[in-house]
Order: sequence, then structure tokens, then C-alpha cells
Amino acid sequence: MDEFSRLSLHVPEPAVRPGGQPDFSNVKIPKAGSVPRPEVDVAPEEIRDLAFSIIRVLNRDGEAVGPWAGLLSDAELLSGLRHMMMLRAFDARMLMAQRQGKTSFYMQHLGEEAVSCAFRRALRKGDMNFPTYRQAGLLIADDYPMVEMMNQIFSNESDPCHGRQLPVMYTSKEHGFFTISGNLATQYVQAVGWAMASAIKNDTRIAAGWIGDGSTAESDFHSALVFASTYRAPVILNIVNNQWAISTFQGIARGGSGTFAARGLGFGIPALRVDGNDYLAVYAVARWAAERARRNLGPTLIEYVTYRVGAHSTSDDPSAYRPKTESEAWPLGDPVLRLKKHLIVRGAWSEERHAQAEAEIMDEVIQAQKQAESHGTLHAGGKPSVRDIFEGVYAEMPPHIRRQRQKAGY
Amino acid sequence: MARMTMIEAVRSAMDVSMARDENVVVFGEDVGYFGGVFRCTQGLQAKYGKTRCFDAPISESGIVGTAIGMAAYGLKPCVEIQFADYMYPAYDQITQEAARIRYRSNGDFTCPIVLRMPTGGGIFGGQTHSQSPEALFTHVCGLKVIVPSNPYDAKGLLISAIEDPDPVMFLEPKRLYNGPFDGHHERPVTAWSKHELGDVPEGHYTIPIGKAEIRRKGSAVTVVAYGTMVHVALAAAEETGIDAEVIDLRSLLPLDLDTIVQSVTKTGRCVVVHEATLTSGFGAELVSLVQEHCFYHLEAPVVRVTGWDTPYPHAQEWDYFPGPARVGRALTEVMEA
Repeated sequence: MDEFSRLSLHVPEPAVRPGGQPDFSNVKIPKAGSVPRPEVDVAPEEIRDLAFSIIRVLNRDGEAVGPWAGLLSDAELLSGLRHMMMLRAFDARMLMAQRQGKTSFYMQHLGEEAVSCAFRRALRKGDMNFPTYRQAGLLIADDYPMVEMMNQIFSNESDPCHGRQLPVMYTSKEHGFFTISGNLATQYVQAVGWAMASAIKNDTRIAAGWIGDGSTAESDFHSALVFASTYRAPVILNIVNNQWAISTFQGIARGGSGTFAARGLGFGIPALRVDGNDYLAVYAVARWAAERARRNLGPTLIEYVTYRVGAHSTSDDPSAYRPKTESEAWPLGDPVLRLKKHLIVRGAWSEERHAQAEAEIMDEVIQAQKQAESHGTLHAGGKPSVRDIFEGVYAEMPPHIRRQRQKAGY
Repeated sequence: MARMTMIEAVRSAMDVSMARDENVVVFGEDVGYFGGVFRCTQGLQAKYGKTRCFDAPISESGIVGTAIGMAAYGLKPCVEIQFADYMYPAYDQITQEAARIRYRSNGDFTCPIVLRMPTGGGIFGGQTHSQSPEALFTHVCGLKVIVPSNPYDAKGLLISAIEDPDPVMFLEPKRLYNGPFDGHHERPVTAWSKHELGDVPEGHYTIPIGKAEIRRKGSAVTVVAYGTMVHVALAAAEETGIDAEVIDLRSLLPLDLDTIVQSVTKTGRCVVVHEATLTSGFGAELVSLVQEHCFYHLEAPVVRVTGWDTPYPHAQEWDYFPGPARVGRALTEVMEA
């Protein structure tokens, strides 16, 4: 008999499936304020443990504690709360608009609002994000007009993309938001290239790449880390770990490594893990990484630990693959409620003012929606021209496309 | 004027472009200190510094992906893919990103990049150093595709490509790097120094993208070719004595359809030649266009001469390569049809 038995394949499974009791006991949550804040010029090998911990600022009582606290004023926190509430209201209206047939598709941020809203605050005008489809907070928190976002979602006559691109695939160079592609991970290495260009030109601007937990399995993720590491690009490499890649739990992409942040260690890139539902912690870590980049100290990898409360998109039904009550069991809570509580504890906010703000914000979103709908929705009212199909493939239209446009009757 | 090989011409194009525009950067595998495995970038790092010409990790998707990011920033990257056969890991970045950034963002972002890549066989490179993947690029809207056949064109077209506002795939037939190879592999190599198209201006000039060139005037049959096959077609015309008109496309996308149509309308016969495999090759597009635009002028079926529908073999290279004998037989065939 051979000393080796027959081989078997390991296929990871999430802790619980539909019908089961939600269980996040495997997510180890350190106490708020317990993770140290290193200097930005720290050697990556000295902070390896930060890739396995979770940086948190807000504790259960709504207090901001520890070395990552104390960076934001009341006014800044109030505007941060407003951004997250705005994004949530925007999502709610656009989800409903999709159900009403006003657009074909929508992707919401529910539960992940803090990540993009707080991150935007750590950037400056001129910096460039290479986002995925779940970072619209970068636009909202930079005061990009909601009407423009809705025009894009409705593919109407005022759509900045002229009807060519799927809903939520926004673009705004002016607001530091690279055109969203729709296929995954490609933008991550592009962010590194943008940052390399800024360094080549001895500029002061930095870049940020965005990716989800699932897409870290793509080769472009690894290419991005190689290039960022080799050329010490001034880039912040963000991984939003919301636990689910459509129906696939994060363990399928993560494999045997303890965390996604730990991927950075082999590349000599400082890697931090942060509570993605904690506005203050997200901002503090993003600011640390931005400072490193601006001081020409190179890239930082950040894993935001969060939870996708809603469906992946309007084409998805999560009840088919995870317990319906799983989001309620998520141990890091709700980012809006946590910041609200903190502001009340600080004496800068109240339940009454919150309820009033909620109503005002929803009204603002509804007004924007009315304005956008006056320019049309996917199947009604003003539409982009059929000519727009043929424009913009090249700077100058080549003869063969001109012939095809004529054939189409335009 | 100077005598240049195609390697020197390509290098001169990058040199001239880097000197004129500080936003032009050059990188790729072995491209920096060493100057590239074919030496196309030799001396550029020494002249322009290592932040404008540098070595990249062996990661084609990384090379093209970072180039796209640099272009979004405002640089004009001209990157080298060491062999066209190595471009596949970057295909996602090329087709779904570079080609579509202008379109999907309605011009908010653009992608002025050039991907240079040695293409074609004839150097005993086997299946991973001999491929001609141009049809995988011409099928992608948003790209421009260039295949030069000589040093003069290579320089003028490469400068045009670098100055172009859109992504350009620049396929350099590696068997033409050192001389106008006509497929007679058993004969001594002819040098570009003995060819008029090896005369290359040292300074800046451009050749418009999308314009073909007639290399041989003729009245009996039109041969549509590009890259190495231009020289093979010229040899076949001489050796068969058939008065072929040989069109060098130079640019596959956009295509100079007018030149093709004018010629075939005149000759009434057409042979399409490329080194790439037959099925769904660029020749299929050319034949289809000739059929659409010249049907009532055709005296004979249009014939394709191409590589076989197999991987590029090693030992049997010269039975795979569509040489002058095969092209000559095709010319005879369409004349007798």
C-alpha cells in the first residue's frame, strides 16, 4: 500500500447558506482604538500585523477613540453624514426608478456608503480615482451634480455618455473619476499607470485604484501590485471587501491567505485593514495612505471590511445564496447610523435634526430626479441620437464608419 | 537622408518623437538599459533618462494597463510588446479598455497609446515568436492597425502613430528588420542599404495613417498585401512575368479602400496575401470588400494566399510561410480562370 492516499479537491464554502443562522464569528473584530497608528514612512515589514487586524475609531458607545481619531471637525463630520445620507437616498430612488422601467439596471451601495464618501475627503482636487461601479460616493462627496448622474442612469438626451454606456458607469475627469468600464480589475493597473505618469512629470497629484474582493483574483490586480511596488507609484490601492462577489463568498477569491490586505505584503507594499463601516476610520486610513503617496513614499494597500447589504445589482437575488437576515448580523453595523450616533454623542446632532435632514435630502433627490426625467428616461422622452452610436469611436470618423452611419439613415 | 534598417528607422521615430514631445515615454520588457531584444530602443534611455525609457516587469497586461493610465493622465506612451505573440495577456486591456475609453466616456478621457510589436515569421521562431495577430486587432472598433513594409514607411508611420489621438497597434514584421525579405530564404540576405526605401530622413516627417501605396504598377491583376508579403508579391510578379499591380496597404484600419477598388476595377482580378492564418483572417475582410465594391468588374474569383490554418511550425517554417512560389501559382491561377 502506498503511503499516500488518493487526492481530494478543496472547495471553500461560506459559513452559512440560506435557511441557516447567520454567523460572523470568523470575523475577528478588534476593539476600537486598539490598533496603533504608525508614522507614514514606516518600513512595510514593521507593520505586517496591520494587514490582519481592523483599524477602528468609533466604539459601541459612538465615541471616537485611539490613535486614528481626532482628525475631523464637527462641520466635516456633518457634511460626511450628509454625503452618505444623500447616496442612500439617491440609491433608493434609482432602485425604484429601475423597478418602474425608467432604466435597465442599477447598482446600489447600501451598507458601503462610508467607504467612498470618506475616502473622497482624503483626496485633493486633481487627484484621480479609477473606480468600480460601487463608488458613486466619490462623486456625491465631491458635489458632482446628481442630475448628471441620473441623466447617465436614464440614458436620456442629456446623458454625458450619450447613451453608450451602462447605467452607473459614470465618467468625470473634472471630478477625478475615471470612466468606469464594467469589466473587472482593468482599472486597478491603470491607476498605477496614472500615478507613475504623475511621478514621471514630477507632479504633486496622486491616484487611487478601486477593486472588489472577488476581482482581486484577476491577474490585473497582481500586475497592479507589481508595477506599484517596482516603481513606488504614488497610488492608493483600495480593496472593498463587502463579503460577496455576486453569489460567491469572499473565500473563493481569498483562498488560503488570511486577508485580502495580506496580498500586499509579498510585494513590500504597506497593507492596512480598516473598518469600512466607520467613516472616521476610513478617512483616517485614507489620509495616511494619501500622505505616504504625496511624500513619494509609494503605494499603500487598504482593505475595507464591509458588507454588501443589498443585491449585487438589480439583476441579482441574494436570498438564493445567503441567509436573508445575514446583513442584520453583520458585526460592524451601519455606517450612517454609526456616524449619526457619534455626532449625537459629540453634541453636534440630534434625532430630530437627523429626521429633518433625511426628509430634506430625499426632497433634494426627488427634485433632481424630476429635472433629470424632464430630459427623458430609457424608454420615454428625450433620447440620445442614433448618430451617437457612430461618433467618438475615433477622434476623427474614418470612412468605413461614416458609410455605416449613412446606411443606418443618419 | 541616412541609410537605415527598419530597426534604426523605428528607433529614429521614437528618438525624434521623444525629442519633440516630453510627454512621449517608452517602456517594455528589456527596453530600457539593454535597448530591446531587437535593439529598437537602444540608446533611448541614455539619451532621455530612465523615467522616459525604462524596463518593465514581464506582464503585458501591466504594461498596457499602465500605459492606458499614463495616457489618461496626458502622456503619450509608446510601449513595446516583445513579440506580438505575447500580447494575449493584454488583450482585455487593448480591446475593452484602450479601444473604448474615448467612446464610453464621450471623449472625457482618451487613450493615445502606441503598442509596437514584432510580428510574423521567417526567423525560426516557432509558434510563440512568429504569429501575425493583426486580424484580432482589426476586428476591434476603436483601434488603428499599421503594418509597415520598409524603413521609410516605418518611421513616418510610427511618428504618425505616436502623434495620433487614438490607440494604434503597430506591427513590425521582424523578418523585414534587416532587409527587404522576399521569401527566398535560401538566398543571401539583402540589406536595406541597397534598397531605395532604406533611405530615411533623419528628422521629423509623417506618413498619413489610412493611405496605401502602390509598390508596382500593373494591369493584369491586383495583389493586396502588407508587411513582408509586399516583397514576396513583388518577387512573385517578377518571377511569373505577370503584370501585377502590388498594393502595400501599410494601414489595415482604417483601410484605404479607394486604392484597392480603383486597382481591382482596372485589373478585374485580385489576389490577397497575408502570412496570418486563413480562416477569419484579414484577407476575408479584404475579399469581402472587393466582392462588394468590384463584383461587376471581376474576371475571376478572388484568391487568398495565407499561412495554413495551423500553429506556426518550427522545422517546417518554409512550407508554412506563403513564399513567392505559392503567390506565383495564385497569380497564374487567377490569370487562367
